[in-house]
Amino acid sequence: MRITVRLFARLRDIAGLAELTRELPDGSTAADAWRELVEQFPAMAAYNASISTAVNADYAKMTTMLSDNDEVAFLPPVSGG
Amino acid sequence: MQSIAVTSDPLRLETLVGLVSGSGGLGAIATFVGLVRDHNQGRRVTHLEYEAYEPLAVKVLEQIRGEAGTEWPGVRLAVHHRVGRLAIGDASIIIAAASAHRADAFAACRYVIERVKQIVPIWKHEFFEGGEVWIEGATANPQDDAARLEAVRRTCA
Repeated sequence: MRITVRLFARLRDIAGLAELTRELPDGSTAADAWRELVEQFPAMAAYNASISTAVNADYAKMTTMLSDNDEVAFLPPVSGG
Repeated sequence: MQSIAVTSDPLRLETLVGLVSGSGGLGAIATFVGLVRDHNQGRRVTHLEYEAYEPLAVKVLEQIRGEAGTEWPGVRLAVHHRVGRLAIGDASIIIAAASAHRADAFAACRYVIERVKQIVPIWKHEFFEGGEVWIEGATANPQDDAARLEAVRRTCA
């Protein structure tokens, strides 16, 4: 399946990209997508314990199973206000 | 204008007040205006850039408004958060809370800003003399009830 990954704030800076597409095996979870991202961008490992995720613009757990064409966002700790 | 918005346009207090006004049963409007400060942790800040995951940010602001409505029934809320480049002194967020009585208006207004800092997917990129840094606060988990209760506790402190 093909998914879109959205990156924000420092994660976007690390990747140098706000958005990328990935081919993942069926049955992959958001955590699998994150692991693959960290392999490509090792600096992101610093966020393993603090990352939040959203699937199709709703907060989700890292264990959420992904489907073809899903948009998975990885969100570093927030700082609005 | 929507009562909940994430926008790159300058924020206007009178807009927010107008959005919660208009019912004869109201006795109080409390407002909060967050400003870009010229210093942070010993750094001289030159400007900020705010970034949002906008569709989710709007949904989460709606969730927060729902939570406040449960905690303080009848309160009317409007929240606008700005994104993009902001200068020192610019308003980054404005909250207006209207209620029959002042206690609920103050409490709901405070609650919203505490929750914004916990769970709304918006980030501050701080530019200061000598560098830049992404500010990272809370790990966002909208289901974390302990965080929600902490926001209620601060509100009522």
